Amino acid sequence: MRLTFHIWRQPNRTSSGKMVRYESSNFNPDMSMLEALDVLNEELILRNEDPITFEHDCREGICGSCGFMINGLAHGPLPKTTVCQLTLRHFRDGEELFLEPWRAKAFPVLRDLMVDRSAFDRIISSGGYISVPAGSACDGNDILVPKPYSDRAMDAAACIGCGACVAACPNASASLFTGAKVSHLGLLPQGQPERNQRALRMVAQMNAEGFGQCTNIGECEAVCPKGIRLEVISRMNGDFIKASWSNRGQQSVSDGV
Amino acid sequence: MELLTEIEPQIAAGTLTLDSRTPSGPIEKAWDKTKFEMKLVNPANKRKYTVIVVGSGLAGGSAAATMAELGYNVKCFCFQDSPRRAHSIAAQGGINAAKNYQNDGDSVYRLFYDTVKGGDFRAREANVYRLAQISVNIIDQCVAQGVPFAREYGGTLSNRSFGGAQVSRTFYARGQTGQQLLLGAYQALERQVDQGRVTMFPRHEMLDLVVIDGKARGIITRDLVTGAIESHVADAVVLGTGGYGNVYFLSTNAKGSNCTAIWRAYKRGAAFGNPCFTQIHPTCIPVSGDYQSKLTLMSESLRNDGRIWVPLNKGDKRKPGEIPESERDYYLERRYPSFGNLVPRDVASRNAKAVCDEGRGVGESGLGVYLDFGDAIKRLGQKTIEERYGNLFEMYARITDENPYKVPMRIYPAIHYTMGGLWVDYQLQSTIPGLFVIGEANFSDHGANRLGASALMQGLSDGYFVIPYTIGNYLASNKLEKVESTHEEFRAAQDGVAEKTRRLLDTKGTRTVDSFHRELGKIMWDDCGMSRTAAGLQDAIGRIRKLREEYWRDVKVLGSGKEINQSLEKAGRVADFFELGELMCIDALHRAESCGGHFREEYQTPDGEAKRDDDNFSYVAAWQYNGDGSPLLNKEPLTFDYVHPSQRSYK
Ligand SMILES: Cc1cc2nc3c(=O)[nH]c(=O)nc-3n(C[C@H](O)[C@H](O)[C@H](O)COP(=O)(O)OP(=O)(O)OC[C@H]3O[C@@H](n4cnc5c(N)ncnc54)[C@H](O)[C@@H]3O)c2cc1C
Ligand code: FES
Repeated sequence: MRLTFHIWRQPNRTSSGKMVRYESSNFNPDMSMLEALDVLNEELILRNEDPITFEHDCREGICGSCGFMINGLAHGPLPKTTVCQLTLRHFRDGEELFLEPWRAKAFPVLRDLMVDRSAFDRIISSGGYISVPAGSACDGNDILVPKPYSDRAMDAAACIGCGACVAACPNASASLFTGAKVSHLGLLPQGQPERNQRALRMVAQMNAEGFGQCTNIGECEAVCPKGIRLEVISRMNGDFIKASWSNRGQQSVSDGV
Repeated sequence: MELLTEIEPQIAAGTLTLDSRTPSGPIEKAWDKTKFEMKLVNPANKRKYTVIVVGSGLAGGSAAATMAELGYNVKCFCFQDSPRRAHSIAAQGGINAAKNYQNDGDSVYRLFYDTVKGGDFRAREANVYRLAQISVNIIDQCVAQGVPFAREYGGTLSNRSFGGAQVSRTFYARGQTGQQLLLGAYQALERQVDQGRVTMFPRHEMLDLVVIDGKARGIITRDLVTGAIESHVADAVVLGTGGYGNVYFLSTNAKGSNCTAIWRAYKRGAAFGNPCFTQIHPTCIPVSGDYQSKLTLMSESLRNDGRIWVPLNKGDKRKPGEIPESERDYYLERRYPSFGNLVPRDVASRNAKAVCDEGRGVGESGLGVYLDFGDAIKRLGQKTIEERYGNLFEMYARITDENPYKVPMRIYPAIHYTMGGLWVDYQLQSTIPGLFVIGEANFSDHGANRLGASALMQGLSDGYFVIPYTIGNYLASNKLEKVESTHEEFRAAQDGVAEKTRRLLDTKGTRTVDSFHRELGKIMWDDCGMSRTAAGLQDAIGRIRKLREEYWRDVKVLGSGKEINQSLEKAGRVADFFELGELMCIDALHRAESCGGHFREEYQTPDGEAKRDDDNFSYVAAWQYNGDGSPLLNKEPLTFDYVHPSQRSYK
């Protein structure tokens, strides 16, 4: 199978980049997109050209390492599929493909198709957890969780943190990512004590990282490889507003003392 | 046969005293007794100690978070861009715990018993008992963290049974158990980052261990973005760097999984336990072409409802649907009526290989067997099957372009897990004081074969509930001199790493790193894989040595060391795989018995089962580095006071 790639090449964070054309006939429809890049890289190395840098690890669609734009679509044309699981049988022999890194102010390009997504870690660090030191837990069945809640929490928790939502959003908003964590923890009884603070701090961090505002376009949901739903954003917004009110209440209480 | 004489005399006795520090007295009390006897670090002093944790998977992530909760100053390293991407994320099936929520007769003792037996009597009893005890606390901890485990309509936690167990003790979160457990640990870790007690170093690869006055005092890392080679000083070092299955090139491990951290520690004096004990998982998607970069696991939970079969007759090329019941061989159900499709992994894998070797394998390559859900769909309906395994079926369809609801899946065994790893005592300390090893990177709890859903349990047990105690005991019992990163040992180690990097870049040969890695992997799979022979292993050792020599002469790594250079990263890892691969073959050759996943064709029962030799091999082989190619053998004898060694039978 023959394919023509146009791939973003950028040696490091500070230098400028450009699209470079590569062509090869050594592909096979059963290969994944990343295996195609492996094949291309082997050819490049033997021709003394620098191989293409792209992030990957599990190659099973679960670690969230991989991801780039294919013809303008985050993770390519197949719904609910990361590039590591996208096989070439979804493309035509002879097709031309444009591969570019995630583009967002908060995700600077490090090299070629690899970007810096550490902003996501900082958002989690600002409150995306339940504070329960090891050893302090009660029995697993002491707190019953209705199955529908637990199932919905799991739906939100399925996020792999790949960043496709940000890349697809015209505003480069991280609301789907942040909303997914706020929802996952907020749907469970264990997540209630810190629910307000969590929403306030995570939203503040998201803004501080330079992600854009959500204007309900929905591109994020369309490209999410794990099918995270837009409703997580409404949940986050709801929690944020409630928390802002009750926070104000708390402040006036302490102000009065 | 010539090679044997070349290798055998080199197996000289080691010089290490392997004190397992297994407590005396009844096994049920061992861990409590040990905890009580441990020295404690005064809470106010904990922040004065720096502990390095390499790895942010279930083991490293949980250890780093928990030690920080206790007040230690923790530096945590991983090579991915975020701790959340550690390979643990990929675990699908579940995690065991002796909760007995299902009231089906489970207990700590039964989980202990199953694990010792499943490991074919090559694990340390006391460690396994502790693991079974702690298993129940893990579930409580994870639930409290918000891990969305599967639940029943009444709101209680759900369980399923999993390969090799006759009780339902496996907890799961859809087909993403590892992901959810890891996110729990990652969130706990990020909380400590927020509190300033953990400094996270993502995109950093550990390339050497620094030992000063006989104690582990730090590591050398390469910053994978800038290429800077750095020294990090600590009072103790914990490795939770995962398994080394990628020595086979093709495995179910993530592409980045590697042996470098434990291998460099081995070369600094940490003994390597049972390197040849590797696990081959029976249910993976068969190889489809030579471009293949990794193998995909289909969770073993599928064996609960799927039936495994091949055509009764050799060379039957009909489509599966056209083969009538009477011409199918459900070989596991036939040979093992009481366990059927749920026999342990080593047994299931070997049987798949056997039927394929007989010429009854399916698929284009003939290296595959059917895993058929036809009956289960008839019995339970497609909806139930979809609920149980939906995401796995989707994954299968995506990769193979076949619909497993309509045609049976094709599966074949693949390298999945490594039971071997750095030798550790009961307190998880290696033979280098101050160097602790946790999770898949150590050798400790699974003997010669790991039961399904027990690696997640071990990683979290080590990280949340064992290392936080034992590290305190070490720090409180040892006086540690202050060390600076300008110490000559740090300088020397840093120079060594820089030199090795330079050598890889300067070789400027003609072959890519991957081409060497594939060739090494093939040797390992053919001769040190599912079944092994003395002749094959001797031959493999010779070929590995030759290939390694060629590697250092002819490898081609472009670019420089001062930038992001993924080929250079791979090149360093593959260089270590060569050396480890050789040690695995030496270990497999010396162990003249079959046990668990280590199957030597010369040692089998008349009906083809693994035949142990307890009189001669009931020990842990702890290899000691002694310059290239001539490792020394230390033995830790294993005694079984509770579960008496017997021929495993799953009939
Ligand atoms: C596909 C698959 C499915 C599985 N399913 C199950 C299951 O259902 N149940 C079960 O019990 N087990 C399962 N296992 C096994 C289990 O997932 C692993 O054994 C376990 O997660 C290993 O955890 P760990 O913390 O020891 O290592 P890992 O999760 O592999 O983490 C290793 C860490 O070390 C870091 N690291 C490694 N080398 C270096 C270095 N040189 N420098 C810096 N950092 C380094 C990595 O960045 C990473 O953070 C599965 C395994 C696979 C492959
Ligand atoms: S490589 Fe892990 S999700 Fe693609």
